[in-house]
Amino acid sequence: MEPYQWTIHEARRRLDNKDISSVELTRSVLARVKAVDGAVKAFNLVTDDRALADAADADRAIARGETGVLTGIPIALKDNMDTAGIETTCSSRILAGYKPPFDGTVPARLKAGGAVLVGKTNLDEFAMGSSTENSATGATRNPWNLERAPGGSSGGSAAAVAADMCLGSLGSDTGGSIRQPAALCGVVGLKPTYGRVSRYGLVAFASSLDQIGPFTKDVRDSALLLEAISGADPLDSTCSTRPVDDYAAALERGVKGLTIGVPREYFIKGTDPSVEKAVQASIRVLEGQGATLREISLPHTAYAVACYYLVATAEASSNLGRYDGVRYGLREEAGDLLEMYMATREAGFGTEVKRRIMLGTYALSAGYYDAYYRKAQQVRTLILRDFTKAFDAGVDLVVTPTSPTGAFRIGEKADDPLQMYLSDIFTISANLAGLPGISVPCGFDDNGCPVGLQLIGRAWDESTLLAAARAHEAQTSFHTRRPDL
Amino acid sequence: MEYEVVIGLEVHCQLSTRSKIFCGCSTTFGNPPNSQTCPICLGHPGVLPVLNRKVVESAVMMGLATHCAITSPNVFSRKHYFYPDLPKGYQISQYDKPICEHGRVEIVVDGVPKRIGLTRIHMEEDAGKNLHEGLGASSHVDLNRAGVPLLEAVSEPDLRSPDEAVAYLKKLRNIVLYLGICDGNMERGNFRCDANISLRPRGTTKLGTKVEMKNMNSFRFLKQALEYEIKRQGQVLDEGGKIIQETRQWDTKRGVTESMRVKEEAHDYRYMPEPDLAPVVVEKIWAESLRKAMPELPDEKRERFVSRYGLSEYDADVLTASRPLADYYEAAVTVFDGDPKATCNWVMGDLSARLNEAGTDIADCPMTPGQLGGLVKLIHSGEISGKIAKTVFADMYGTDKSAAGIVKEKGLVQVSDTGAIDAIIDQVIAANPGELEAYRGGKDKLFGFFVGQVMKASKGQANPGMVNERLKEKLKG
Amino acid sequence: MSDDVSNEVGISRNEVLKIAKLGRLRLTDAEVDALGKDLNAILGYVAKMGELDTTGVPTLEHAAEFGDTCRDDENRPSLPREEALASAPRTGDGCFAVPKIIE
Repeated sequence: MEPYQWTIHEARRRLDNKDISSVELTRSVLARVKAVDGAVKAFNLVTDDRALADAADADRAIARGETGVLTGIPIALKDNMDTAGIETTCSSRILAGYKPPFDGTVPARLKAGGAVLVGKTNLDEFAMGSSTENSATGATRNPWNLERAPGGSSGGSAAAVAADMCLGSLGSDTGGSIRQPAALCGVVGLKPTYGRVSRYGLVAFASSLDQIGPFTKDVRDSALLLEAISGADPLDSTCSTRPVDDYAAALERGVKGLTIGVPREYFIKGTDPSVEKAVQASIRVLEGQGATLREISLPHTAYAVACYYLVATAEASSNLGRYDGVRYGLREEAGDLLEMYMATREAGFGTEVKRRIMLGTYALSAGYYDAYYRKAQQVRTLILRDFTKAFDAGVDLVVTPTSPTGAFRIGEKADDPLQMYLSDIFTISANLAGLPGISVPCGFDDNGCPVGLQLIGRAWDESTLLAAARAHEAQTSFHTRRPDL
Repeated sequence: MEYEVVIGLEVHCQLSTRSKIFCGCSTTFGNPPNSQTCPICLGHPGVLPVLNRKVVESAVMMGLATHCAITSPNVFSRKHYFYPDLPKGYQISQYDKPICEHGRVEIVVDGVPKRIGLTRIHMEEDAGKNLHEGLGASSHVDLNRAGVPLLEAVSEPDLRSPDEAVAYLKKLRNIVLYLGICDGNMERGNFRCDANISLRPRGTTKLGTKVEMKNMNSFRFLKQALEYEIKRQGQVLDEGGKIIQETRQWDTKRGVTESMRVKEEAHDYRYMPEPDLAPVVVEKIWAESLRKAMPELPDEKRERFVSRYGLSEYDADVLTASRPLADYYEAAVTVFDGDPKATCNWVMGDLSARLNEAGTDIADCPMTPGQLGGLVKLIHSGEISGKIAKTVFADMYGTDKSAAGIVKEKGLVQVSDTGAIDAIIDQVIAANPGELEAYRGGKDKLFGFFVGQVMKASKGQANPGMVNERLKEKLKG
Repeated sequence: MSDDVSNEVGISRNEVLKIAKLGRLRLTDAEVDALGKDLNAILGYVAKMGELDTTGVPTLEHAAEFGDTCRDDENRPSLPREEALASAPRTGDGCFAVPKIIE
């Protein structure tokens, strides 16, 4: 086994035993990137020099005995997290060359924790998409099948972990942008409870839905990485001051005594039969470990996508107002101010971003606010109430497929935005309700591409989520499979 | 036709905080452009606002001072428009749920008290500044002011004259100065207002079409602009015309209001709740502790001055119209509390006249309240006459000498000794036999002449009361 | 229920242009047509929310927890001016420069 193939906890053990230095580990990872990223295209930017410098710092820290969970561990960041002095583009022309004058809270925590920054990964422009095709730098490929999409919007971060180009990575999830690409790339992806992780320095797509979370090769790594980035931040008032659980300690709790809700609205026709088969088998694995299954109803599920696309686009249209060519980013010169704005934003944004700005602007505009935006926020309450009712009735976790299909072909859905939106149908509700969700590998579809199992938990109860994911993982070997590259 | 004037004011006050409303940048005025900015107030990708507690406290205090209901939890809204001085493409403001609502402010015009309804007070961020002068084809943007905290107070359309509008604006300014939440500097625009004004035929209740006048930054301009608008609108209506709903501005040089160019498209601000700020709960306890920490307000102080010092409503009103003036008065009364009315007369009379003459603010008064109190004490005890006091006052102003010291140094102590006064009176009577005869013959008016002569002979130091008494006695013969 | 999503959705070409201007997006003719079509399809889809009676249902705008989430009124260092201006496409006299604003 090559060092780049290790999990974070395996590398931690080896680094602490001085079997290997962080510089050696990092070199292994960078060589792997060089070898396979030409095909996968997971990275917008590989920060070789920074990575080796971080690794050398980490080795000195390890020598001093100042070791944290992430000291010397090569990690990749989705290119929508601000990194001081390092290009942060959101895969958009409008931010090409933009180097933030500050670190976001999560990148700063990784840095302070001694992690090694491998690079910035590709995404759908401003995280708007489900395939990582809508990128100014080109599409990322699914490592399991290079003709297919890795999912999105955090497709670069998912593919980088799946292809062993980093030991773990971070993505952001607004409507499934961590869980869906994790499922399609066969890795573990976790979206924390809204407010568990600081959003300061996460370039906003939809502020009331966005959360940063980890991609990892197994559930233990997910717990470790989540714990490293969680917790209160004076720079984000929407980030909770609740104490952070010891997630690693909760991992082996098992599922005995837990009630797992199986929502009938998530097991419908339209889901690929091979996906459904894999998911059903995994649900039986959980049952076999002592969980009680209960069929439940989340009756407003059918409205989630509609609700989501109004809330998310309204917030996005607002959040993207700052890209005006004045203080940073692209500018198309023009004779007057209005022309400068229009030309800059025309040239700077891709089609999907424009589409969402249009929809969001429309939903907020005079005369339509109540019918669209306000209505959607009411429906959002109904969706949250569905979950609250289930949890109040004793359900500890909800289990669903992460995505109705495995990886689809690049270009397959590109011309039909609505079909693309519907591929998020199973992940969106957790964002609308602010709940934590995790996707773990649970099999393969008829195309030989990975399938993900999604677990959704109570707010702030990532521990139970991780424990159940771990219980499933302990009985299966899907997470150990890697694509041939 | 006779019209009734309907005016409502929207007052903006910049809060005196150290840091901006959503970031730690300084709010200091006058530093080089863009030297007080950070990723947050520059609206960089990924930044988030965090609300300054002092802004909430200031808003709550102003709300309590104007008898408002305090809203909790507090949410903000985004108001969208594109402009180079607005970094995020939206202004963070409060929209449908302002922090304070349903308040009132008492004003007095020509001795008549009146209650003006306060619709709402809300918190928001200021924009930056666009600079156009002498830059050819470019404009420049300075974002030092972007994110400076503002309170906007909106009145009901309860004001019925320019004088009422001015009284209301003065009262609000006085309140924010008392609370110490705004420096009230109108020249700098730290305290400014927009006025909505319309006319309607007297006796009708339907509101006429209103005109908005932007950025009035002095009481005088407000009054002049409103007076001009009343005349202008009256003429338009008299000629059978219609008032256009528009924004106008006061041209200070030409003394007219002018229509501001109407934008081609109506604004569509697309207000939406600000998801980046967690709602702030203003706990009852928090509001109550602020209430307790609040200084005495103008109305309370005025009532106390009337009840405690026996001042007239008018005097109390003048003194409390400025907190430093009221504080000065009270400090002087504390030094000598024997004659609060006399102290009031000195503060509002000689002292104010002297300060006005020199253009000095009461806060920079070269005479301490202790000096003035000492002077009043000497008068009250009869040691010096009112006339001598004027000399002492003049000598004392601008020095650190006490009134008693000056009196002593110059030998100005009042003569209250009967023997000495009798001697002076005898001299005066002896020197004016003709007047004496005329007086005794019934020309009572000549009494004043004798008083004057005695005072003159005593160099003003004779106790006037005793002079009166002794003269009457002596002139009887 | 006049505030509910109408089933007769449909955005005209002019409306597309109006919204684009509001969002400061210049669109090619082809984009106007394509976006108009996409928006109509999406709005047709979201109209299904109209099936739900949401009378009296509160909105859920804030996923964050409520409380005293304020910061103290303390200064934090600003960026040095050169850094504040470093990413700007055009500057002048220590300011961000834009095409002349006609007031």
